Amino acid sequence: MTAPTTYELSSLQALEAESIHIFREVAAEFERPVLLFSGGKDSVVMLHVARKAFWPAPIPFPVMHVDTGHNFPEVLAFRDSTVQKMGLRLVVASVEESLANGRVKERPDGVRNPLQTVTLLDAIQSNGFDAVFGGARRDEEKARAKERVFSFRDEFGQWDPKNQRPELWSLYNGRHHKGEHIRVFPLSNWTELDIWSYLAKENAELPSIYFAHEREVFSRDGMWLPVSEHTSPREGEEIQRLMVRYRTVGDIPITGAVESTAATFDEIITEIAATRITERGATRADDRLTEAAMEDRKKEGYF
Amino acid sequence: MELLRFATAGSVDDGKSTLIGRLLYDTKSIFEDQLEAVERTSRDRGDEHVNLALLTDGLRAEREQGITIDVAYRYFATPKRTFIIADTPGHIQYTRNMVTGASTASLALVLVDARNGIVEQSRRHAFLASLLRVPHVVLCVNKMDLVDYDEAVFNRLKDEFRNFATKLDIGDLSFIPISALKGDNVVHRSENMPWYDGSSLLHHLEEVHIASDRNLIDVRFPVQYVIRPQSSAYHDYRGYAGTVAGGVMKPGDEVLVLESGLTTTIESIDTADGPVDEAYPPMSVTVRLADDIDISRGDMICRPQNKPEATQDVEAMVCWLTDEPLQDRGMYAVKHTTRNVRAQVRDIEYRIDVNTLHRDESATSLTLNEIGRIKLRTTKPLFVDQYRRNRTTGSFLLIDESTGSTVGAGMIL
Repeated sequence: MTAPTTYELSSLQALEAESIHIFREVAAEFERPVLLFSGGKDSVVMLHVARKAFWPAPIPFPVMHVDTGHNFPEVLAFRDSTVQKMGLRLVVASVEESLANGRVKERPDGVRNPLQTVTLLDAIQSNGFDAVFGGARRDEEKARAKERVFSFRDEFGQWDPKNQRPELWSLYNGRHHKGEHIRVFPLSNWTELDIWSYLAKENAELPSIYFAHEREVFSRDGMWLPVSEHTSPREGEEIQRLMVRYRTVGDIPITGAVESTAATFDEIITEIAATRITERGATRADDRLTEAAMEDRKKEGYF
Repeated sequence: MELLRFATAGSVDDGKSTLIGRLLYDTKSIFEDQLEAVERTSRDRGDEHVNLALLTDGLRAEREQGITIDVAYRYFATPKRTFIIADTPGHIQYTRNMVTGASTASLALVLVDARNGIVEQSRRHAFLASLLRVPHVVLCVNKMDLVDYDEAVFNRLKDEFRNFATKLDIGDLSFIPISALKGDNVVHRSENMPWYDGSSLLHHLEEVHIASDRNLIDVRFPVQYVIRPQSSAYHDYRGYAGTVAGGVMKPGDEVLVLESGLTTTIESIDTADGPVDEAYPPMSVTVRLADDIDISRGDMICRPQNKPEATQDVEAMVCWLTDEPLQDRGMYAVKHTTRNVRAQVRDIEYRIDVNTLHRDESATSLTLNEIGRIKLRTTKPLFVDQYRRNRTTGSFLLIDESTGSTVGAGMIL
């Protein structure tokens, strides 16, 4: 792994070792873990590290995707091919189903991102999952910067930021009663640049939309939205054909593209190292609602 | 590139947020949209200056009350190292937060205001850093610009702090005169203090030698998980997965397994990227052994001539983390390495005053943020080292069995 004389790990090796440790703790101490896999880059890294944690045995838990029905087709195709290649069991929790059976109602603005919480919590409950791996990172957002690696959720899936368990050394307390669960964030200490450097080092596969491609887009609220089944320009919004790529992958209506010609890992890393805007700030409308938008959603049980 | 985890201690008035803000800003780790949001909020609140504390105070309650509630983790990188800052708040639940932040830190950065000198809080920070065995402590004498960059002020504080530190167990202590606001000696050496011939703070963080902080002598491998693929390709594969907690392990080494006490040799050390010649902390690996012996989670692989103590009687310094006090004779769940046992408190020997280091031997309990020396009797043996020898095999959590909360942090003596 590294030069035998120095006994030092690189920063990426240390982060990987920490994440592997977390995966193994959960597999050892919980009965029904599940890994949230959206096909986004962070969940790709999670899955990659999880495979290493249990090799040569298969990953000992299923993956789950909360499908809003507003996903990028490239990402769904990637999700399915990855699951098939790795021989995983995929649980799909569908927001459209939650809408159909009246668990949630479509919002006036048509944005489905906040509706996911109900679908997610219903799926956790009906499947009896007691540990849910998420790819959230502390560098992403200020509410996430305060969240534990093992984050306790009560029977309603709620997060109480003022009453979190202190987390010391590498000792993780996963105690919970029936009906409660723990969200586990193995990539807590990774930064966006770490994620990309690791993907490059491991030569991992990603959905194509992370790399520069030509796309019809229009500008709304300072973001480039794609022309798609779910998003079209309103009056006065002009369609342009641009070279773009995605820094984050979420629901189509709330995920903006960035103008970019970065078509390889190295080009993306160079671009990120020079950028002066955070990934969520550049590309996510869902965080722009209020200053505490993420905190409020997390308290209710969001990712 | 190496990773350095460090904890910062000091109150808002010492300029800690300004210092962190400057480290992040000068290493281009604050982004424009973050800075704009902070500027906007500062303006709305009527703050006189851009309040960089808003960068780390992420929770609504923190912003409303203008206080930091919880440890915040911040990240930055230079071409030499990547850094994780555990920023511990100065006011509320100080001890609990600093103990948490310091538990994983290789370095503690203690800030004092050059005008106020070494105050009670600085001594408390130094004590907690030494209790948690943070190997490197840096005392930053901040606001040097407000004392005319006077060498005599710096030397006086340095002597005073060093005097106090002799009573503590601090491995490596450094002193840096800075002005976080003006940037003196933070990233670059200051021209305002030609009398200072040491490094800037960032240079110190980049260069401080942390590789020797780990224990590379005593082999300790707590078994975390047993890997048995039971597939046709790996039909007979049986590997013991875990994170190396101490020493250097090699294939061919003779090892002893606790708790059985049986010996065997390491056949190979596997990772998904192929076998390795050596494994050392904090690598996560899978060990295969030559003989088929019964091993499960909670067992410890070590060397026949160098093993941890297997004991049911544990003496430890404990920091209490919750409102409900520690009960003498109380039962708690214990999490130690990969082992879960129960334990009864058999004695509270003394409570220590974190400000004066005075020992109160009449103490009968510990309440939130208090630290004391206690004796525990566990239901099953633990495989322990002194915390001063190994931070992983020497630490444990006490957990309330009914609520599941983490209530105590223990360091074995």
